[in-house]
This record gives sequence, C-alpha cells and structure tokens, in this order.
Amino acid sequence: MLRLTCPCCGVEADESELTQGGAAHLRREGPGSDEAAFEAYLFLRDNPKGPHLERWRHSYGCGKWFIAARDTVTMQVFGTYPAQGSGPPPDIAARMGGRA
Amino acid sequence: MSGRLATGGRLIDRSRALEFTFDGRRLTGFAGDTLAAALLGAGEGLVGRSFKYHRPRGIVAYGPEEPNALLGIGRAGRFEPNARATQVDLSDGLEAESQNRWPSLAFDVGTLNGLAARVLPAGFYYKTFIHPRPFWKHLFEPVIRRAAGLGRAPRHRDDDTYEQVHAHVDVLVVGGGVAGLAAALAAGRAGARVMVVEQSAHWGGRAPVDGDPVDGRAPDQWLGQTLAALEEMENVRLIPRCAAVGVYDHGFVLAAERLTDHDPGAPGPRQRLWRIRAGRVVLAAGAIERPLAFPGNDLPGVMLASAVRDYLVNHAVFPGDRTVVVTNNDDAYHTALALVAAGLRVPAILDARAAPNGLLADAARAAGIRVLAGHGIAGVAGRQRVAGVKVCAVAGEGAVVEEIACEAVAMSGGWSPAVHLWSHCGGRVAWDADRAMFRPDPAHPPRGADGTAMVIPAGAANGRLSPAAALAEGTAAGTAAATGQDRIDGSDDPTGTDIAPVWMMPQGAGPALRAKAFLDFQNDVKVADVDLAAREGFESVEHTKRYTTLGMATDQGKLSNINGLAVLSQALHKDIPAVGTTTFRPPYVPVTLGTLAGEARGDLFQPVRATPMLGWHVEREAYMEPVGLWRRPYCYPAPGETHEVAVAREVNAVRQGVGILDASTLGKILVQGLDAGRFLDMLYTGAMSTLPVGRCRYGLMCSEQGFLIDDGVVARLSDDAWLCHTTTGGADRIHAHMEDWLQTEWWDWRVFTLNLTEQYAQVAVAGPRARDVLETLSGDIDLTAALPHMHWTHGTLAGIPARIFRISFSGELGFEVAVPAARGMDLWQALLRAGQGVGITPYGTEALHVLRAEKGFIMIGDETDGTVTPRDLGLEGMISKKKADFLGKRGMERSHLAAPDRWRLVGLRAADDSVLPEGAYVLDAGRTENGQRATQGRVTSTYWSPTLKRGIALALLRHGPDRMGQSVDVSRIGAAPIRATVVAPCQYDPDGGRMHG
Amino acid sequence: MQRYSVFALVRQAMGWHQGWERAWRSPEPQAAYDAVIVGGGGHGLATAYYLAKNHGMRRVAVLEKGWIGGGNTGRNTTIIRSNYLQDPSAAIYEKARSLYETLSQDLNYNVMFSPRGVMMLAQTQHEVRGYRRTAQANALQGVATEFIGPARVKELCPIIHVSGPRYPVLGALWQPRGGTARHDAVAWSYARGASDLGVDIIQNCAVTGIDVEGGRVTGVQTTRGPIRCGKLGVVVAGHSGVLAGMAGFRLPIESTALQALVSEPIKPCMDVVVMANTVHGYMSQSDKGEMVIGGGADGRNDYTQRGSFSHVEETLRALIETFPMLSRLKMLRWWGGIVDMTGDRSPIISKAPVEGMFLNCGWGTGGFKAIPGSGWAMAELMAKGHSPLASAFGLERFREGRFVDESVAAGVAH
Repeated sequence: MLRLTCPCCGVEADESELTQGGAAHLRREGPGSDEAAFEAYLFLRDNPKGPHLERWRHSYGCGKWFIAARDTVTMQVFGTYPAQGSGPPPDIAARMGGRA
Repeated sequence: MSGRLATGGRLIDRSRALEFTFDGRRLTGFAGDTLAAALLGAGEGLVGRSFKYHRPRGIVAYGPEEPNALLGIGRAGRFEPNARATQVDLSDGLEAESQNRWPSLAFDVGTLNGLAARVLPAGFYYKTFIHPRPFWKHLFEPVIRRAAGLGRAPRHRDDDTYEQVHAHVDVLVVGGGVAGLAAALAAGRAGARVMVVEQSAHWGGRAPVDGDPVDGRAPDQWLGQTLAALEEMENVRLIPRCAAVGVYDHGFVLAAERLTDHDPGAPGPRQRLWRIRAGRVVLAAGAIERPLAFPGNDLPGVMLASAVRDYLVNHAVFPGDRTVVVTNNDDAYHTALALVAAGLRVPAILDARAAPNGLLADAARAAGIRVLAGHGIAGVAGRQRVAGVKVCAVAGEGAVVEEIACEAVAMSGGWSPAVHLWSHCGGRVAWDADRAMFRPDPAHPPRGADGTAMVIPAGAANGRLSPAAALAEGTAAGTAAATGQDRIDGSDDPTGTDIAPVWMMPQGAGPALRAKAFLDFQNDVKVADVDLAAREGFESVEHTKRYTTLGMATDQGKLSNINGLAVLSQALHKDIPAVGTTTFRPPYVPVTLGTLAGEARGDLFQPVRATPMLGWHVEREAYMEPVGLWRRPYCYPAPGETHEVAVAREVNAVRQGVGILDASTLGKILVQGLDAGRFLDMLYTGAMSTLPVGRCRYGLMCSEQGFLIDDGVVARLSDDAWLCHTTTGGADRIHAHMEDWLQTEWWDWRVFTLNLTEQYAQVAVAGPRARDVLETLSGDIDLTAALPHMHWTHGTLAGIPARIFRISFSGELGFEVAVPAARGMDLWQALLRAGQGVGITPYGTEALHVLRAEKGFIMIGDETDGTVTPRDLGLEGMISKKKADFLGKRGMERSHLAAPDRWRLVGLRAADDSVLPEGAYVLDAGRTENGQRATQGRVTSTYWSPTLKRGIALALLRHGPDRMGQSVDVSRIGAAPIRATVVAPCQYDPDGGRMHG
Repeated sequence: MQRYSVFALVRQAMGWHQGWERAWRSPEPQAAYDAVIVGGGGHGLATAYYLAKNHGMRRVAVLEKGWIGGGNTGRNTTIIRSNYLQDPSAAIYEKARSLYETLSQDLNYNVMFSPRGVMMLAQTQHEVRGYRRTAQANALQGVATEFIGPARVKELCPIIHVSGPRYPVLGALWQPRGGTARHDAVAWSYARGASDLGVDIIQNCAVTGIDVEGGRVTGVQTTRGPIRCGKLGVVVAGHSGVLAGMAGFRLPIESTALQALVSEPIKPCMDVVVMANTVHGYMSQSDKGEMVIGGGADGRNDYTQRGSFSHVEETLRALIETFPMLSRLKMLRWWGGIVDMTGDRSPIISKAPVEGMFLNCGWGTGGFKAIPGSGWAMAELMAKGHSPLASAFGLERFREGRFVDESVAAGVAH
C-alpha cells in the first residue's frame, strides 16, 4: 500500500487513489521506426530489481500523470516529479545513487 | 479436574454469573471470563479433537496462540466456526459446540491411536493412494476431505454488519502492556497523535499477573495511574479488543476491532477494520511462551505455565489439584509459586537445567516445592486427560525414574518475541543465543517510504522480558517514534538468559518416544515427523513446514514454529540461525472475511452509475444488464412476453415506427483548444481537424499496437471544440488515454479534455417516424433538410436546451438528443407523450445489437477483441492516408497485422436461414500442428433478424471479402457443421436510403 | 528409487520410519553439464525430468537459488484447467492437464490431482458471449468444456448466490476435468523423478552471471562456482528479466505481485473450483478444508512477494457477494508471489537471442496449471530445436504482432 506525493497537487495520495502506468521516459517510436526500435518501445522493459522510474496517474485526485522514483524491492521512494521531462531531476537522481 | 477457586480472580465479577452452553450442557461462568476461562472453571478439560489423528485436546494457552480450543459459537446467521475460546469474551446465553468429532467429543470414531497413527507419518498421503487412479477422486479424497476441515461451514447469510475506518497517526503502538503504555505515554507527552491497540479486553499485559513491581509501584497501581494519564491526553486514543493484523508498505497497518462480539446482538457493526497510516509503529506485542516437546505433551491438562498463571490470577481458575511444572527456564517458577500461594499443590518442578539457582528457585524451595534438576518428562499417564507424569533424566533415553500423580502439567520452553508484525514488511530477525529466541534484527528493519525503519520494537517483543526493561524500552521507543527517530538503544536486561536450550525431552529419546512428542498440537505434527522430513531431504525450513504441515494450522505456528525449527536444526546438525525461519504472513490473528470486506455488501457492493432515466426503466420492469458500473435495459418485456419476443417487438418498432433508447451511458468527451484538431488527428485513424463545424464524423481509435480500441461519432462544436462520443465501456478509459498522451507526450499542445458523460442525458430516437415525433415537440430546431445525416444542431426542444445529432446506429432515420442530465427524465417523458400516437417504443441494448447487426455495423467487444485492426473490419476508408502519423499507424505495419491472410469481416447466412451458434468457428480443412481442428474464421455476432425473418451473422473470415457467395462450414458443438454462405456484412438496406431519408 | 505405496508405509511403520531415503539426491555441482536449467520451480524441474525421460539427456543440472518449489509453484491457488480460447494456449494447457491426470502414477508420487471441475461464471452478457465462443473453440481443440446455465451452476455449487441483484449468474463455462493438485508435491515429485533419472538438483545455488562466447552460451557463474553447459534453460519466472540482463538482452516482461489467501479450514462445502472474473475473485476448497482464494494482480513493478491490501479487500468483497456464507469465516493467511507478465499475457517458451540459451517464462498468473506441458515443450525445444506446443510462444511474436491474447475472451488468465 504505497503512498506517493503527487507533484502537481501536493497531495500525499494512497495507492488506491492512483493508477500505475508502467515504465517512464519511453521514447515514442512512430512511423518510419525500424522493427527493433518499435518492438523495444512497445514491449522491452528494464523491469529492474531495485530503483525504478515509473508513471502514475493521480486518477482519483487531480488527474495528473507524474513519475515516481521507487525501489521495487525496498519500496523506498526517492521522489516524485512531473511527467513533462526526459529524466529525473538531479536531486532525485542523486538519491537514487545513479542506480537507474 | 480443573475448577474455580472460591475467591480471587482480578478480572472477573462474581456478582454477574453468566450462563452458557457447551455441546448442549448448561454451564456457568462470570463476567470478565473468556470462554476458555469459563470452560476450565466449569471443569471442561476436553474441548476439541486434533486435525489429523482426532486426538483429544484441551486448552493449552491463554491468548491468540491457543491451538486447540476452537469451537463453533452462535447459531444460524450468527454462527461462527473455529472461534478461539481464549479470544471469545463470555456472554450470557453463549452457545458453543466442539468441532471435528463424531458422534461426540468424548467418543470420536475418527480417533487414530497406536499403530494406525504410526502408519500415517508426515506426508504419508504423498506416498500412497496412488493406485488405482480413479480411486483418488472417487474414494480416497472424499474420505480425507470429510475427516479434515475443522468447524462446520456456515450455511446462512451473515446477520451482522461490519465497517472500515481510516486513521492517520504519528505513532501507532501495538500492544497495551507495560512497554506499549509507556510508549504511548512518552509519545503522547511529546505531542504526537498516538493510537494504541490492544488485542485483549484488558490493559497491562503480563505485569499484573506476574506481580513484579513496575516503576517501583504494584503493577495494578502503575496501570491505573498510567491509563488515567493517557485518557486525559486528547492526542492519545486507546482501543482495546483491537488486534493489529498486518503491516504493509509505507506505514500502512491493518487492525481488526471486535465491537459487539462480547455483547452479541448489540446495535451497530460487529467488527471494525482500522486502516491506519502510521508515521512510526512501536511494536510492543509482547512474547509468546513456548511449549516443551515431551512424550504425551498433547494430553488435555498439559498447559503453558504462563497460561496456568493467567487463568489462576485473572479468573481464579486452576487446572487441577496437583500441577507438575516442567521447564527449561526460571519463568515457570512464577507459576509454581502462584499455585502454592493459592493453596494448590505442586508435587514437583522438573527443571531441565542441571543446576537451577537464583531467586526464584530459592523461593520455590523455600515454599516447600520439590525441585528435580536435570529432569524432565518421559511420558504422561491418562487417556483423555492427565493422570500423572513419568519422570526421567533429561539427558538420557527416557528411563522412568519416578511416576508422579497429578491432574495438570505446566510447561515452559522459554519465550518467543511476537515478531510477526516486524516481519510482515521485510524486517528480519536475528537469533539471540543467550535467550534462545529470535529477536528483531535492528540492522534489517522493515523500511518505510523514506528508507528509515517503520517499526521500533520494545519490551518483550524485542526480547527484553522484565517489566523494568519493558518500561525503559517502551518509553524510549515512544519518544523516538514521536520525534522522528527510527530506533532506540535497547536495554541490556538479562532476564531470560537463564534458559537452557532444551527443546525435546528426554534428549536421547528413540523413535517411539519422538513419535509421541508433539510440536504442532492442532495439526498433529510430532518430533518424529520433523526428523522424517530431514531424513528425506526436506532440509529447508520451508520444505519441512510444508511437508509436515508444522505451523500451518489456525494458530499459524505461534507455539510450534521455533520448537520445530530447533528440532530440525538438531536433525540436520546445524545451528538454528543456519536453518533460518519461515516468512511471517499477515494476518497476525485470523480476521473475519466480513470485516475485511467492510460495508461493501449488497447494495453497497459497488457503486451504481445511474442514467437520469434509470428509475423509469426499473419501474417499467425492464430486464437490466450490468455494463461496467452502469445498469442498462436489455429489453422491456411486456407482461407475459419472453425476452426474445420483446426484443423482436422492439426491433420491429424501430424499423416500422419509432423507438427510443436511453443512450446516456455513451461516453461524451469534450476536446477543446488551439491544438485540439491536431490532437484528434493523432488520436483517431481518420482526419478530425478537417471536420466542418456542425458536422459529425465516425471515428476509430487504435492502440499503439494498431488494434482497434474504441469507436464513436465525433461532432465539431466550434472552431476549437470537438465532442467525442465513445462506447459505454470506453468513456473513462478513453478519457484517461487522451490525458495520458496530452500530459506525457504532447504536453506543449494547447488542448483541454473534459469527460462530460454524466453531464448529459442522451436519447436515441430512431425509426421512420422519428422526425415526426420530434417535430411534435415544441421547439425551434429545424429537423428537415437543414439537418442532413451526420450533421448536428442545437436549440430548444420541449422547452429543454438540446443538442440534436442526426446519426444512426440502427440504419433508420435517427436522431440523438442530448440535454442536461437534470432534464433527461423530462425529455424522455416528453418523447413518450409525443410518440404515443405512433406507438413509440422504448428499446434496449439487445434490440440495439440486432438493429446494428442487420446493418453490418461493428460493435466494439463483439467484432473486435483487442486483436482486430480497422482493416480487418473493412474500415480501410476510415484510415487517413494523408496523415504522417497517428496512434497505431506504425503498429499496423507490423508483419502479422499487415498480412494478406488475416480474417476479415463478412456476413454469413446459414443455408437453412437459421441462427448460427454464438461464438462458432468457420472450419478449415485439416488440423493444426497440435492436432486441433483447423479454423479459418469465426462468428462475431449472430442474431435472429425480426426484420429479415431469418438468422443473420457477422464473421471474420480469412480472405473474407474476396469470397462472396462461397459456402463455408460453421462449427456446432456436438453436431455436424452447418453450411453457410458468405454475404456482405450489411444485410438490410445496403444503399442506406432509410438512414438518409 | 524407493517405491512409494501403502505396503511400503506399513513396512516402514514397523521400523518407526527410519528407513526412508532422501526424496531426491543433493549432490555437489559438477564442472560441466550437457544442459543446465536455472530455476528449480515446477517448470524447471519438469523441464529437467522430460529432458532426461523423453530425450535421454542425463547430464542435466537444475540450479535453484533457494529451495525447490519455493517460488510461484508453492504460492499459487493450484487451479488446473485448459479451457483457453486461443489454439496455442489450449494445446499446451490441455497437454499439461492430460499429463496431470496420470502424474501420480507416472512419478509414483501422489500429487493429488483432483479433477473436481472448474467453472468460470458468466455474470454479464459480454461474458456469456465470450464463454460461448470459448466453448466452441474448446470443442474443436479437443478440450472438454460446456456452457451451462444458472440452474446447473447452483446444482454443482450450492453455496453460490446465483440471483445476486447486481451480477446475477447467467451461466458458466464448465470444465469437468479441470481441478486442483497439491502444489508442493508437483515440484517434489518432478525433483524425485528427475533425480532418479540422473539429474542433479542443486539447491542454494544462485546464478550470478551467464558466460557468452561468440554469441553462444558456454556456462554460468554461480555462488557455488562456475558451471559449464552446452545448453542453458532459464526458467525463473519473475526473475527472468534479471537473468536476461546477465546475458545482455531485455525481455517483454514486467514483474508484479499477485496475492492469494486461505481461510481457516471448515468441513467440505464446495466441491468445484469457481472463478468469477467480472468481480475478480476465484475460490476452491482444499482437501484440508481451507477456502483457497485468489484475485487480481497488482499493476506496479514489484519484487517483494507482498502486494497491497486493496487487492485482498476487493477480492474478498467479490467473493462474499458471490458466496454470502463466507462472511463469518476467518482469513488465516495471505501472501504474494512475483508474477512475470508479458506484453500479451501469454508465456514465452523460446530460443533466446543468445545461441544455446532457451527461455521459459512469462506465465504470469497462470503458470501452475501448465507445469507438465511447459516442461514437456521446453525439453523438446531444448533437445530438438523445435516444439509444436511452443511454436506460437516465441519471442519474435512481439515484433510481428502475432499475439496469443487470452484476455480477448471475457476472462482473465489465472
């Protein structure tokens, strides 16, 4: 039963208020992409046992998507940040210890 | 025989005698008793039968660790099987029954003794019942099933209700003993929001029973003063009869509170589930005494030493006139002294240690109790209860040196901290060899979201057994938890270090004695069973547990786990920590299912989404079907009508006159903004940006995979606004899908979306008389040539502001009228009145299906199943060839999706015009690589068409559109295939003249 | 191998059971094997057994980082059924089910396969259509199922509340020869059978690296030293991604938690397995008398074998609605397993991108029932390079879009 802070509305939300959306920062591959790149975009995942960047939506709250940096073993949360960007902010990356 | 003393009992109220029954016998106890105390007080030594051998069982323990006293209590809608008598507060008129015996508790034909039991060691069932094969299902298994199980299955719906409550606290204290109350006091004084849960009805834990002073005061005095101080604090909440049962990630804790179990029939919920978010948890759950394994230790009358003391001090209940104490540590001497002080006899203390010394041993000797050092028990006399013990040297093979007559045995194998809640969420335990116990390992705590320790153990739960240590650690833990610290400096209290790690006696026992020494009393697991598991290679503790069923009974091994582990380690010649522990799983004590489900039963099971017209449909006795959380009319049967007849009538009404459908559940999503057109062009396979204002266009949405996920009509409302209709089931999903792309991929696009599904009531008016009906309603909307097919307009209809879409899913002249939800019922009634003269007919979802199938229109979920592309459905025309990109464009190019031999949409007409079977397949020649019948297509929709007076079907068929007029074979279950002809999907009014009329 | 029988039990009882041998050998690892299977769960052990039995490979080792059967094999709700919609799924699950029928006799170990019947309730019109389609498919696949009406549902399982106001039972897909088996016994029996055929079962041996030379697997590094091998089968469920990472590739897999629960044991009240997908819950009664319950999986990536309480709660609500008599029973224990979910929720039995390496994973929530068939197919694939049962489950299907998608039927794949 995770609790994550929505970076948009600031609410500390219970997992039941959230919808999870899989790995974050996937680069969309559209028309023209080669088979391998498109397959990787749709299916191949790091699925790390440890720190992980993942998408969540505050579905039963403000409705905004955000990204959580979380350890999939210890459940430690290194931080959450808005979904608009290509990677974690430096402070969160530092807390993750460069492990993702 | 057990019984009750004439005086004493700190928890009972002798002025309030309570009558109850056990197996129909009328017995009496006192207010303040548990059912277990009352049974013992009434001399009931035999309370149950064990699981496997059906051996006689008596009460062993005082708390939730009790393995034997599981009774059925209550009756009918209040019957509960497997109630643990030690946790049932006695109430007047309580009805209790023993379990797992037939015909009676005293005489159970299922009893297996001697040789029979000997043939059935651990895991015997894996080695037999193998031949002949059918016998397992038809003979062996039914017999085993009947013999197994414990209590009767309830047969009635539960008469009680339950509730769930949320709590957010800074500090949650688990356990209301000295450590827990000290923690609460410290945390409360530090200003934290504190909640204390105590599983029993009483505060103070063991201290008042043991009698040692707390903080220099008599324990009851300390308790009274501490409780008074806590009750004065507004930031502290004390909840008795509330067991913390599970610790989850990020400080989430579940606790189950018993509200009316001690007062059955009282108003209000029976139990309450607390869902607690705690900043920090102080675990002060105490410790559980361990039994000793010796031959005959399962006979009724053999009890835990601490439990004997609890019953004696709290309830003035004694286990027998003469009680032999057997122990490997000092603590049991408390019991001997308490018994003697109460005027009962203790013929001997059998101490496994060679030289028991110290204050308690001296006190026992001074009280005239005989202490036999280095001795233990080689056997227990008696058939259904203890009649005496056979004394032996602990070190030897069990030669009997003396027999002592007694009615009870009080045993102590040391204490195990209740570390369960520490372990639920990843906390590890470490072996404390000095105290022979697993303690919470401070280096590996359960960690919270911030990486610090969620749980701080204190007192006996931390392996520190004295009241002084409990007070010190509790205070420290409470302060730490309230001030953001996640650990304490533990006490170095030596209590408990006097233990000798003796688990089995006599230690040189041969197999015959080892087969009589029980570890798990409920599941009948003996020392010999663990030996056998080790011998057969089940060396992991998890293997041994699973092979022998040790610790898997309803007490979850609270008494047996450590002893079993110790025996296993000896069998493997390894140290206990090298063998490891099993994982503790929630719940700490069993929790009622109803409590876990809470209020969500019956009408509150799931929320109902109601259209504004739902009440009318229900009143009309429509046959309703669930569609997601909505309820929609399937059809409106007239009195005496079958569903089939009703559906046919509704279809005919639409084809020949006019029908109305409550279409309010359709998704309605407003997409607006400077980039809305561009956004919709990415979302739909077709172009939406080019749609003129005032027009409607049918659109398809695909996943990135290229598979069709939703469809619907899009109307352009203004230069920068589009209204997207989705399927009923798709509304929330598609809105989320839109937001996902907008927020996480194209976040710089200026687009807003709004799910307006519930803001509008929408009614489809369909049929050749649809325009007539609408025109009857006063309004300012021109519905003639000014509103051609796939256009929309707005104005006032019957005095209601309305948007009218000229669209049709039936193939007839059709309008969908959308009005503010609050006016939906007004519109519905107005339409019914206006159409009275032309026989206006409400129709349901099934008629809708038939109408669209006659027209060959696809239905998401029927023609599609998540693996179908627009091209498969002949909808290439809906895929823009001009657009460089849209969701699904790349996915559709993958080899399998672009393959020429995919199954594609056609119509099928049975040779005999019958209705093809639902879900049937179109057969192909030959078989698959795995010997399955080859197929080349499948029926996606199949109905009786009242319009065409024959069966109609849609199907996906390999190369389908190229095979018009060909014959194919359609599968039937248990019958010859049926011949069908490939026809166009649209089997009615293919030119669309009616729709455009 | 010491034969198990009632006579052996009686004989051993005379000697207080001192004469029983180890169920499987526990040797030190050798330096090299023809085939190494990583993962001592049911799938890995069955693979090793069939490699030895069907294909004559004897120099085979199973490496298990903990204790055999300790992963999802020993954590599931033990349901066995093969009423799948898609041909490839039905083929492998029916192969598994048919092997289960005689597994106790084949392995001389009572795995307690109990074909008590599995019913999947249809509680919406959509489910009715979906299960009718599945029944049609099953008839062509040689899987014995039928669509039954509510009256028959009630007759087979009297404790179901069929006329619930919210989700009345409209019918069910009924597989009379589906059922349950004793999960631990499946792992132990394959281990014993494989060991008897010469397979080395090595516990407490974690793989820490995969040796690849010139694009070909040559061995593994383990906590008990390096082991060379000709062929490597990776059969590690939720940890497949971690092992794939060691060999330098990624998989279309995400690991999430799936929970199961048991109640306290009660006397028999339910003889069939019931799955209710609309409300997300399924239940059977074990031979011990416990009600064994499962529900939906957590969505998030998770390696904790825990999961969140909200799933437990939702599942129990659904089951009380379906079986009102459950309300006063008590839950005894709940736990989680790490399930490996693929892009189409169907398994992967495939050659890996590295030569000589084979994958068997992605069983998600449906692995236990597949164990014999999965082992059979994996062994055939490893020995011969092709298995008809496995051919649809190759890794390449994701690139091609050739899904084996069972979620298209009304149900979910448990």
